[in-house]
Amino acid sequence: MTKTVFLGTVAAASLFAGMSLAQEGSTLAQVKERDELNCGVNTGLVGFAAPDANGNWTGFDVALCRAVAAAVLGDGNKVRFVPTTGQTRFTALASGEVDVLARNSTWTFSRDTDLALDFVGVNYYDGQGFMVRKDLGVTSAKELDGATVCIQTGTTTELNLADYFRANGMNYTPVNIDSNAEGEQQYMAGACDAYTTDVSGLAATRAAFADPENHVILPEIISKEPLGPAVRHGDNNWGDIVRWTLNALIAAEEYGVTSRNIEELVRSSTNPEVQRLLGASDDLGAMLGLDNEWARRVIMTSGNYGEIFAANIGEQTPIGLARGLNAQWTQGGLLYAPPFR
Amino acid sequence: MTDVSAPGNPPFRLSMLIYDRRYRSLTFQVIVFILVMAGLWWLVDNTIKNLALLGKNFNFGFLFQRAGYDIPQTPIPYTSDDTHFRAATVGLLNTLIVSVLGCIAATFLGIIVGVARLSKNWLFARLMTVFVEIFRNMPLLLWILIIYAIFTEILPTPAAYRGEDAAWSMIFFDHVALTNRYTALPTMAMTNDPGSLDLGARITFNWATISFAAVLILGVIVRRMIRNWAQSVQDRTGDRPRTWWMSLAVMTVPSLILIWYFGLHLVAPELTGFNFTGGLNVSNALVALWLALTLYTAAFIAEIVRAGILAVSKGQTEAAYALGLRPNRTMNLVILPQALRVIVPPLISQYLNLTKNSSLAIAVGYMDLRGTLGGTTLNQTGRELEAIVLMMLVYLALSLIISGAMNIFNARVKLKER
Repeated sequence: MTKTVFLGTVAAASLFAGMSLAQEGSTLAQVKERDELNCGVNTGLVGFAAPDANGNWTGFDVALCRAVAAAVLGDGNKVRFVPTTGQTRFTALASGEVDVLARNSTWTFSRDTDLALDFVGVNYYDGQGFMVRKDLGVTSAKELDGATVCIQTGTTTELNLADYFRANGMNYTPVNIDSNAEGEQQYMAGACDAYTTDVSGLAATRAAFADPENHVILPEIISKEPLGPAVRHGDNNWGDIVRWTLNALIAAEEYGVTSRNIEELVRSSTNPEVQRLLGASDDLGAMLGLDNEWARRVIMTSGNYGEIFAANIGEQTPIGLARGLNAQWTQGGLLYAPPFR
Repeated sequence: MTDVSAPGNPPFRLSMLIYDRRYRSLTFQVIVFILVMAGLWWLVDNTIKNLALLGKNFNFGFLFQRAGYDIPQTPIPYTSDDTHFRAATVGLLNTLIVSVLGCIAATFLGIIVGVARLSKNWLFARLMTVFVEIFRNMPLLLWILIIYAIFTEILPTPAAYRGEDAAWSMIFFDHVALTNRYTALPTMAMTNDPGSLDLGARITFNWATISFAAVLILGVIVRRMIRNWAQSVQDRTGDRPRTWWMSLAVMTVPSLILIWYFGLHLVAPELTGFNFTGGLNVSNALVALWLALTLYTAAFIAEIVRAGILAVSKGQTEAAYALGLRPNRTMNLVILPQALRVIVPPLISQYLNLTKNSSLAIAVGYMDLRGTLGGTTLNQTGRELEAIVLMMLVYLALSLIISGAMNIFNARVKLKER
C-alpha cells in the first residue's frame, strides 16, 4: 500500500516537472539556433489564421508571425505554426512551446501581470458582438433575453457576456464550446440562437458560411478587445523585436512604404524617418540585436499593415471588415507607431 | 531469559549487507527509499524553481475571487458574482449527477445485456454480443460526440414548436419537448408549499422533498419488517403469507397522501421567446454524456456479469431445477446471489472508470469539475498547477469514496466463511 502511494506520488510529481521547464538563454538565441520561429496561432479562423487548400497558413495573424521570422531569420517561411485553442494558448507560451503568440488574444490587465505575459502592442482593435440568424427578427442585443448563446470557453468574451446580460437584467443559457469550428457547427445547427465573439471573428466565421447573407452581426459592441501579439514576461529584448516588427508594419503604412515601392524608396527616399526605418541611415537594427535590413524584410514579406489588412480581412475579401478603429491615426483611427529614431 | 548468541556466529561485516540474506532485503529497501526520496526532492525542487522563474507562486487564493462566468446547469444557486470555489462546487455536483445517473443506468443495462448474452434464444444472444462488441471497442469520446451530434442535427430547434401548424409538437400530452438544445420536461409545483429548509450558503431543501424522502425510507424499512415477518411465519408454519399488497401499499399510499396534501402537480414547459421556460430543461450535453457513458460502461459490465454467471457451477442450476424452481427464479435466487461474489469487485473498477471518464464532458460543453475548475477557472486565473492539483485530489477522493462504499457492499455479498 505504502509503495503504491509512493509510486503514485512519483508519477504525479513527474507530471508537474513535465509541465514546467527551464528557460535558459534568450528567446532570440533559441530561435536563431533552431532557425525556425514557433508561432502560436488560432486553430482555424479564416482571415486571421487558417491553413489554405495547400496547407499553407495564411491570415492577418499569420502575416505578423512571418514578419517576425523575416526580421529575425531573414525568411518569412521559417515559421512553425502551432495551433492553440482559447484554453491552451497561454500555457503554450509560458511553457516555451511557442516564441510568440499571435492568436486574437485580448490584452488585459491580469493577463499582462498575473499570467506573466507581455503584450507588445495591438494589431487589431476589436470589440465583442453577437451574430444571429436574420429570420429571428432580432435587431439589437437588448432583445436577446432568454436566448441560448454559444461562447468559446476560456476567453474574455465569456466574462463580458456574463457581465453584459447581468448589467441589462437579462437571462441567457450559455453553450460552452471549445473552438471556433465547433461554435460554427452548433450555431449552424441552431443549437444556439446567437454566437458571440469578437466582431472580427464573427465576420470571419460568417464569411465561411454557405449563406452569409442570412446572418446579421448586431450593432452592439459590448466590450473593448485590443488584440495583440504576446511574448513571455522577462525577455525584454525579444519583446522589443516583436513590438518593433509590429510598429515597423504600422509605420510603413503611415509613410507610404509598400512591398512594391520599397526597393525604390531604399535608394531614393529623402524622408529621414523612412531612411532610418529601412536601414538606409543610422543603425537601428543593431540596437535590436538584428542587422540593419530587418525592417526591409519585414515589409517585403507580406507588405505593410495596410496591405496585410487588405489582403486578409479587408473590404475586398469575403470577410469584408472596414478599417474603422484600425485606420492610421492620420485617418481617424487608433494606429500610431512611435517614432523610429 | 538471557540472550545467547550461537557459538561461532561471525561478527557483523559490511559485506553482509549484500551477501547475508538476513540483511539483504533491508539493504535494498533502504536504497530504493533513498532513490525515491531523491527523485521526489529533485522533482519538487525543479517545480518550485521553474515556477519562480516564471514569476508564479503557489497559492489557492484565487478560489475566493469572483468567478465572473456563467454555468448552464447549476444544481445549487450560482451566478457570475459567486466565487471560483462555488463554481468548482457546481462543477463537482454536475460530475456527481452524471456519474450517479450513469452508474445506475449502466448497472441495469449491463445486467440485462449480460444475462441476455447467455440466453438460449440464438438471435437475442447474438444481438447482445453485437451490442457489447460495438460499444466496448470504440473510444468513449467518439460515442459522446456521435450521440451529441445526432441530437444537435436531428432534433428541431425550439422555434419548430412555434405557431398554429408547427413542424413539431410536444409529446406526452404536451408536457415534453425534444429540441436540439435540451429536453424540456415538466416541473412539479405545489399549491400548498411548506417552504424550505435553509442550510446556509444559499443551499435549500424544500420540506416537501424532505418529507417524500423520509416517507420512502420509512417505506423501505417497513417493507423489510414485513418480509422478516413473512419469513418467520414461513419458518414456523411452512406457508408464506401473501405480502405483495402490503409492500405495495407501504410504498405508495403515504406518497399519494403527501401528493394530495401538498397539491403536487406538473407544470408543462412553455415556449416563450427563444426557449422553453417554466419547465426543467435537461441539456443535450448531459443526456449525450450520460447515454454514452451508460452504453460504454454497460458493455463492460455485461461481460463482467456474464463471467460471474458462468463462474457459478452448472450443478447449481441443475440442483435448482431438480428442486422444481423455474428458470427465472433459479436465476434470481440461486445463480445471481452467487455470481455477485465474482461480479462486485470488477464492478467497482467500472464505477471508478465511469466517474473518471465523465471528465470527457468538456467535449460537449457539459460543465463538470473539469469544465469549471479545470477549464474556465484555470483559464481565467492562469493557475494551472493549483487547479490541476486540486482537481486530481478531488477525483482521487471521489474514487476512494466510491471504492470504499463498494467494498462495504462487497463484504456483505462475498462468501461468508464460518
